[in-house]
Amino acid sequence: MVKKRENDAFIRCDNSRPAPPLVIRQGRVIDPVNSIDRVAQVICTEGKIFGVVDEVPAEFADAPAIDAAGKWVVPGLVDMHVHLREPGREDKETIATGTRAAAAGGFTAVACMPNTQPALDEESKIRYVIQRGENCPSRIYPVGAITKGLEGEELAPIGEMVHAGARAVSDDGKSVARTNIMRNALNYSKSFNIPVICHCEDTAISQKGHINEGVFSTHIGIRGIPTIAEEIVVARDLLLAEYTGARIHIAHVSTAGSVRLVREAKARGVNVTAETCPHYVALIDEDIGRYDTNKKMNPPLRTDRDRTAVIAGVTDNTIDVVASDHAPHVPEEKDVEFEAAAFGVIGLETSLGVILTFMVHKGLLSPLQMVERMSVAPNRILGLGGGFLSRGACADITIIDPQAPWSVDARNFYSKSRNTAFEGMKLQGYASGTIVGGRAVFNRKV
Amino acid sequence: MGISIQHLLGLDGISREDITLMLDTADSFYEVLQREIKVVPTLRGKTVVNLFYEDSTRTRISFELAEKRLSASPLNFSVSNSSVNKGETLRDTIKNIEAMKIDMVVVRHSCAGVPYFLTQCTDAVIVNAGDGLHEHPTQALLDMMTIRQKLGRLEGLKVAIIGDIFHSRVARSNAWGMSTMGMKVVLCGPPTLLPQHYESLGVPMTDDLNEAIDGADVVMMLRLQRERQASGAFPTIREYRNRYCFDLEKLFSLPENVLVMHPGPINRGIELASDVADGNNSVILQQVTNGVAVRMAVLYLLGGGENG
Repeated sequence: MVKKRENDAFIRCDNSRPAPPLVIRQGRVIDPVNSIDRVAQVICTEGKIFGVVDEVPAEFADAPAIDAAGKWVVPGLVDMHVHLREPGREDKETIATGTRAAAAGGFTAVACMPNTQPALDEESKIRYVIQRGENCPSRIYPVGAITKGLEGEELAPIGEMVHAGARAVSDDGKSVARTNIMRNALNYSKSFNIPVICHCEDTAISQKGHINEGVFSTHIGIRGIPTIAEEIVVARDLLLAEYTGARIHIAHVSTAGSVRLVREAKARGVNVTAETCPHYVALIDEDIGRYDTNKKMNPPLRTDRDRTAVIAGVTDNTIDVVASDHAPHVPEEKDVEFEAAAFGVIGLETSLGVILTFMVHKGLLSPLQMVERMSVAPNRILGLGGGFLSRGACADITIIDPQAPWSVDARNFYSKSRNTAFEGMKLQGYASGTIVGGRAVFNRKV
Repeated sequence: MGISIQHLLGLDGISREDITLMLDTADSFYEVLQREIKVVPTLRGKTVVNLFYEDSTRTRISFELAEKRLSASPLNFSVSNSSVNKGETLRDTIKNIEAMKIDMVVVRHSCAGVPYFLTQCTDAVIVNAGDGLHEHPTQALLDMMTIRQKLGRLEGLKVAIIGDIFHSRVARSNAWGMSTMGMKVVLCGPPTLLPQHYESLGVPMTDDLNEAIDGADVVMMLRLQRERQASGAFPTIREYRNRYCFDLEKLFSLPENVLVMHPGPINRGIELASDVADGNNSVILQQVTNGVAVRMAVLYLLGGGENG
């Protein structure tokens, strides 16, 4: 069981002093970059990895220790697609609450999308987010807007935002509709070695839709969002990336066709990475049942055929990353008519459990591959410099209890919002501890 | 034996026994409507709220008349805009109305699923008077009542429903309800006005009018919204009329006793020629009459009345 908020220990990450030594004993250390998968001791000091060793050196014998026997000790997980709503909608989530949810979900860092109010489309706003994230439990890396105000018309000052700390650009929430603007965005971003994160949606086809267009949408009388609304823009953006040589990252892949397009593009050598979300791995449109607005998101839950293809894409590394697309909403935006309900579900505190339950425990993803999709790849794509436990690397570590059974109960979430698609679901595995910069920022009390 | 459902949200999944009971009860009320005193006391003291979020004069009047003839107290609550624009959530609206002690809610809304949503907000009995593109069960019931009245049975009859199938909740309710009653339904319209994925409706579709009406016992034409032309679903009214208007020539290709139906309001000269709409095969006004009887039956059965 996930315990209520007062039971778990969070600490604020005080970076003004170097972290004291910390030893993580007897865990199964899983570090794909260094080809490590064995029981070992992880030694941290001054916020950095001192080493992964079989015996704790004498000098650390008296250091504070965490017993990780029976648990996995992995490079800190990174959720590269979250909406923390600050500035603008602090009633839904704040950087403080969102990073607590992240730490509780096992994420040592998150990348937050720029569709705030106002949008993160200039240097000062990027700096604001970074400043608000100081001393929060997990690290926060802002994504800047591609276009001013996310309006798809004029490029935002990408260079200045990158200089201020933006790790990628995206107009997430919508596509850059005009192909010439998108071409310019890709070309321009090449100067900064950042990915352009593409929300792929042809709104001329999708605009009236609320769920996947298919047998189910016809049945319940809700207008559909066809798979081609996503795939047409995935295809366009892949062609633009191929033509310009720019680096793109396809956000929240939900369809079999998108998986195929990305797979083919990778085979041609296009500089593309892709992500999907736990809900596309675990749920399909029929799970919406009788108009459950907590299963309404964009792109929508698809069919089982799409779900199977998405899983295959994660397994064969066509899809590099699993990210939550954590999208908090207040109850009055969800407890309404289905067609009036906001798109989006939260995911920071269920992401790991869902991937463990629906992929790892089913043998569809090895623990090493899971760490690649949830730590190594997002670190590499965003250039964060982590994702491994090498000596001298930043001591961002997630301790996972892979077998612990629990049921999703939104009342226990650290997020400010409750709009989970997994309410009541029985999952197996969660983060039991989260270490950022050598400090245990989250410690689950069982 | 009473009805097994608590609310009437749609005909999808409703049993043959329940549909038959509603139709039989409607026939009884039809007899009442032929009398000089058309009022019965069965729902005296019950308050029925007609919650209409979408303009609909005829359905609302039909329900209101049904309520009055059952001696219930109707309360009309019409809002042209959805709750989102009104600044109050639908749950708050229904909670406020419920707080005034009401028994039943007849609801029409442009969003599919609202009748079900209301069952999660209130203990009142919910009757769906049309929700988005989803269902319009009392319309389908009155259609079946009319067919049974005129042709003496439902089992084995073929019904062609023609027009804007994609946007039609009438077509959906009829597809499910009529299939349950053993009728053969075919849906017909231009491919742009048919749902691409229709397997869940359980009936065939075609874009060929002649194929659809071949061997039909009943031809039901649907209203064509002129806005569909602007959205690119068909090129011109003329081309639509030439391909899909049910006129005398097509009527003469069918057996003499074929029924011509329309849920109204009719676009004369677009989906239905005037001489057919006003001709001997047309039962369009009988549908309207039966609408009151069917709604009386539904309100009576769900409102706690004994099966009479």
